[in-house]
Amino acid sequence: MSETCDPVLHADPAARGRALRTVVSRPGADAVKEKGWLRAHKWLLARRLSQLGILALFLAGPWFGLWIVKGNLSSSLTLGVLPLTDVFLIAQSFAAGHLPYKEALIGGGIVLAFYLLVGGRVFCSWVCPVNMVTDAAAWLRRRLGLKGGKVPHAHTRYWLLGFVLAAAAISGTLAWEWVNPVSMFHRGLIFGFGLAWGIVLGIFLYDLFIAGRGWCGHVCPMGAAYGLLGYGALPRVSARGRSRCDDCMDCFAVCPEPQVIRPALKAVGQDHPLILDRNCTTCGRCIDVCSKDVFRITTRFDRSES
Amino acid sequence: MLTNAIADMSDKQTQHAEEPRTPPRRRFLREAAGVAGGAGLLALGVGLYARQASALPASALRPPGALAEEDFLAACVRCGLCVRDCPYDTLELAELGDGIATGTPYFNARRIPCEMCEDIPCVVACPTGALDRGLTDIGNARMGLAVLIDQETCLNYLGLRCDVCYRVCPVIDKAITLELFHNPRSDRHAMFLPTVHSDHCTGCGKCEQACVLPGEAAIKVLPIALAKGSTAEHYRKGWEERAAHGRSLIGDQVELPVRGMEGQAYGDTRLRQGSAPQPGADEPAPYAPGGLDSGWKP
Repeated sequence: MSETCDPVLHADPAARGRALRTVVSRPGADAVKEKGWLRAHKWLLARRLSQLGILALFLAGPWFGLWIVKGNLSSSLTLGVLPLTDVFLIAQSFAAGHLPYKEALIGGGIVLAFYLLVGGRVFCSWVCPVNMVTDAAAWLRRRLGLKGGKVPHAHTRYWLLGFVLAAAAISGTLAWEWVNPVSMFHRGLIFGFGLAWGIVLGIFLYDLFIAGRGWCGHVCPMGAAYGLLGYGALPRVSARGRSRCDDCMDCFAVCPEPQVIRPALKAVGQDHPLILDRNCTTCGRCIDVCSKDVFRITTRFDRSES
Repeated sequence: MLTNAIADMSDKQTQHAEEPRTPPRRRFLREAAGVAGGAGLLALGVGLYARQASALPASALRPPGALAEEDFLAACVRCGLCVRDCPYDTLELAELGDGIATGTPYFNARRIPCEMCEDIPCVVACPTGALDRGLTDIGNARMGLAVLIDQETCLNYLGLRCDVCYRVCPVIDKAITLELFHNPRSDRHAMFLPTVHSDHCTGCGKCEQACVLPGEAAIKVLPIALAKGSTAEHYRKGWEERAAHGRSLIGDQVELPVRGMEGQAYGDTRLRQGSAPQPGADEPAPYAPGGLDSGWKP
């Protein structure tokens, strides 16, 4: 919100509630006014391009006979030479007591190195197709002004990650892959769904009605596994213009992991403006919706402010 | 009194206000228990579901070189690279609701059987070893075992010469042979019964696909565990022992003559012209099954 609204916000609680609701339901409205629609959606468009582009590479083969990438996100072969394998799956396979062939291990190594460099949760916001589903649910939840529900504890995903690996070890099978909505959705888009639509719809409805940002932010063990690769990520979002922040809360409203913003933006427990939390997905949506140009993507070594 | 009551109330209020501030350790334990319980229940449900559903339906066959089902489910990452490299679109990935582990490759022999490529591209494509590269000769593949499962509808069992399953078998005369039997129904024809031999059958499913019956085939490829009985290891086969030792292990048997079959080799029970008891000279014998004959005709 612009500064002119501030007195109203502080004077009348009802008006403040109304104003906050408009903020929460349409974050980024001021940014669109200030920067224009395109610049206020720059990172969002880039992300959708990345997500859909990767999907298109996988679909070009079965749809048009253009075999650039074969397989799916679980394991793929690009141009017949580059293997890529999901590290979460390899971890489960190890737990189940199977040592994959070197193609899968090399593919897993490449993926591991990449996400150690850029941050594991980059997978969630730039690659994973479920992100579009949960983003849509979050958008609709804001627009409908839905509140409440039962949000699971933020640590649920780590417990689930542990139990998933334990289930693989005990059952000797990749138990989670029976229901994993992430691999199921991507595989469904490429190879056919069956009843997997139901699971994807379930996630949408769960995020819409029961827990805002519930799946990606609290439950998904795959995101938790990739999140563990985020300790040393090179590209990071910095709140370098935090002195200009007018507390409009738009960034908190759009952020899929809002808890990561506060330390950097409000200097809580740290004095530099870098968002170093490994659960920041580097989606860049906070940059888009900020009308004051507070945020920018930079490296983890750049602690400058402006 | 009043002041006391007020003091009490305020005490209670402060207590109430401080109630959420339980000791951090207790709060942590309570939260952890709740979270772990929830996540554990979810994982347990998934584990039980996976275990309960991990039996492969009889109509689904794994690609050549697939590890034993339990090991296969630990190794297969459901990437579909084998499906992509199958030149005949035989393989497909199971979808949720198919009753097969979601995303794992299988084929339905009646729909599209395995064409037994010599270079086995599906095995080469597998990045995890769920399809074992130790399989280099497709003749050694054991995707399942063909079983002539319905002798009531099989045309050859009805005494006709269909032979289609035998003709299409890529391992003809080894995996499927036609065994000659007397046709007791007509009593003057032969039956050529398709007979599967497990030491050569790869389970490719060409026979099941080619079976001329409408709808379900009379010969089906089943998972080996379903199709094969266990060998009776404790049972010594006399003819094998005799071949191995040059003589019977229990000495020669007393051979008693069989009345009416004098002059025939031991064990030869075929009737000769004129040796059978003759029915009444002018009237044909009525058909009268009885005694030990149940009336069943193969």
